[in-house]
Amino acid sequence: MEALMTFIFGSWGSDIAKTLWILLKIIAVVLPLMLSVAYLTYFERKVIGYMQVRIGPNRVGYHGLLQPIADALKLLFKEIILPTASNKILFFLAPVLAIAPAFAAWAVIPFDLNLVIADIDASLLYIIAMTSIAVYGVIIAGWASNSKYAFLGSLRSAAQIVSYEIAMGFTLVGVLMCANSLNLGKIVIGQVGGFWHWYVWPLFPLFIIYFISAVAETNRAPFDVAEGESEIVAGFHVEYSGMAFAIFFLAEYANMILVSMLAALMFLGGWLSPIPFIPDSFLWLLIKVAFLLFCFLWFRATFPRYRYDQIMRLGWKIFIPITILWIVFIGGMMQTSWGYLFH
Amino acid sequence: MIEFKDFVFYALSFVLVASGLSVITSRNPVTAALSLVLAFFNAAGIWLLLQAEFLAIVLVLVYVGAVMVLFLFVVMMLDINLDKLREGFWDYLPMAGFIGLLMMVEMVLVFKTKEFNLSPVDDSLKSISNTEVIGNTLYSTYVLPFELASVVLLIAIVSAIALTLRDRKDSKKINSSDQINIKRQDRVRLVAMKSEEKYVKSKTKDRK
Amino acid sequence: MIKKIKQFLLSLMLLELLKGMLLTARYFFARKITVQYPEEKTPQSNRFRGLLALRRYANGEERCIACKLCEAVCPAMAITIESEEREDKTRRTTRYDIDLTKCIFCGFCEESCPVDAIVETRIFDYHGESRGDLIYTKEMLLAVGDKHEKQIAEDRAQDERYR
Repeated sequence: MEALMTFIFGSWGSDIAKTLWILLKIIAVVLPLMLSVAYLTYFERKVIGYMQVRIGPNRVGYHGLLQPIADALKLLFKEIILPTASNKILFFLAPVLAIAPAFAAWAVIPFDLNLVIADIDASLLYIIAMTSIAVYGVIIAGWASNSKYAFLGSLRSAAQIVSYEIAMGFTLVGVLMCANSLNLGKIVIGQVGGFWHWYVWPLFPLFIIYFISAVAETNRAPFDVAEGESEIVAGFHVEYSGMAFAIFFLAEYANMILVSMLAALMFLGGWLSPIPFIPDSFLWLLIKVAFLLFCFLWFRATFPRYRYDQIMRLGWKIFIPITILWIVFIGGMMQTSWGYLFH
Repeated sequence: MIEFKDFVFYALSFVLVASGLSVITSRNPVTAALSLVLAFFNAAGIWLLLQAEFLAIVLVLVYVGAVMVLFLFVVMMLDINLDKLREGFWDYLPMAGFIGLLMMVEMVLVFKTKEFNLSPVDDSLKSISNTEVIGNTLYSTYVLPFELASVVLLIAIVSAIALTLRDRKDSKKINSSDQINIKRQDRVRLVAMKSEEKYVKSKTKDRK
Repeated sequence: MIKKIKQFLLSLMLLELLKGMLLTARYFFARKITVQYPEEKTPQSNRFRGLLALRRYANGEERCIACKLCEAVCPAMAITIESEEREDKTRRTTRYDIDLTKCIFCGFCEESCPVDAIVETRIFDYHGESRGDLIYTKEMLLAVGDKHEKQIAEDRAQDERYR
């Protein structure tokens, strides 16, 4: 292939061939991701329905399995309404900014040993950077719609995302102290040898805090004040309709899958099997991610929405001190003879 | 013949310069702030080309992910009329142009010195993770300045909070920690009571 | 003080949250009570107040005598009646419109009717595809009545004792 490209494009040929090859890999990740996002919405409706003693969607296709497709088609054909006094460019830029980082972060996620698009050294840092940019979609959407509900929603969620990012970042510091690496692949390999070697155990408080922060970071219930229906209609995306709305929706669910994936990789041993003699496989990762996603939905079905000042209190006054304490604790323990417990 | 890498570099730097210009020329403060974000992104891209991936990612993480968000926050909340701010633009232009020129000359002079003309990184260093190298240098050679800087930053944080933290006496703010710590047992008391005989009897009679 | 510390440590265990999650988890496996609507329906009362209908006597003569009591009592002012004298000297309606977009299904019209002409049926799943479709004219109301006369009469007979 490279030779062919060199023949066609001259000296740039090998570079273009490389780019095309990477593009193919990206498609191979993004397409299944989109599909899983679509089915995550179905899964969510089913799970929450079951917990509320309903049965959820069951009309389109066998047990409602075609429901997400029907929803997608409906959204595709809906009109995108542009508010009169909105900022046109930013209004359409916002959904793109919301979804781009949600997908971009997947570039460094290892699905199995050496099965990753870009194996960079600081992949964990890269993911934090990508999730931190995701807030722009929300802020710009809220500002560009020129609506007070949207603006209030975007301010709320931006403040929330920025504050919980700190707690989340600190929990990741604990992980990289254990793993001695910023590379996700190496972090997973550091947990090899059965489920008792997983980082959940030494880092249990950090795992809990990471997961709760992840729920807050993705603006999911019970931290969904950004779109608190009862107060500000739908928050930052009130003015969006049709495909533009669908993209926000897609970004939210893609982010959910991303943070669950990260939790599975960093704390639950990624693709490693829980018991050493069962072979490691990508399926293990899928099972772990599916369980964590189920927890997301479980939370939504169980907990009432937090009040805003309580959210901020939880982030700044509870999570950050606890994570810092635990990091210091781990650092101290690593210097003692029990240090092996933390590697 | 320019290489693919050079092409990427020129593309990035063109967008960088263009967005930098748009920061100072755009009429809308929010657009200006967003242009600055774009500029940061392109700078990060150029650093990536130089294989300084750690620095590039940290640039995005810190400046784009945190600092600019707060900037945008403030800019969005304020109703700034940039046209008013820009009233004396042409009057100040000669002076500003002179200062700008001066700075440019100084920059060129600085870049000409030998500290800025290091030979390119040799290939033996490329295999080492650049996070590790930075960590090693920061915590060995430069440990004192690094710690000093962090202490200064800590003082800045503490003093900023101390300066702004004051309670108004008539403030009716609620303490959410107190609210959360209330338990059911603190407020509700279940009392065991004997039901009144007479009442019970008359009730049962009514039912019959 | 000790109580406070104890409480703080307890709060870190997230016990209340786990309790709540356990509850929803139990309901996850509970028997579902959804009624699969078009196939299954919930039982209806014979006093159900659904779509309106105009009835006829057994000989085919329409019951309504255009007394306009229903029009007067209607709180939503959904009923419009125009009447004339027929050749046989009886008074009948020429127009009897009910705007179902206004109607609140309170049943006052039925109660006020001296001849049981306007009644509410058990039908609740009807629709219109444009706004005007829900303005029911006399012919439409009579058609509804003719179609469901058996059910309407049965429901009235059942309720006779209380009327």
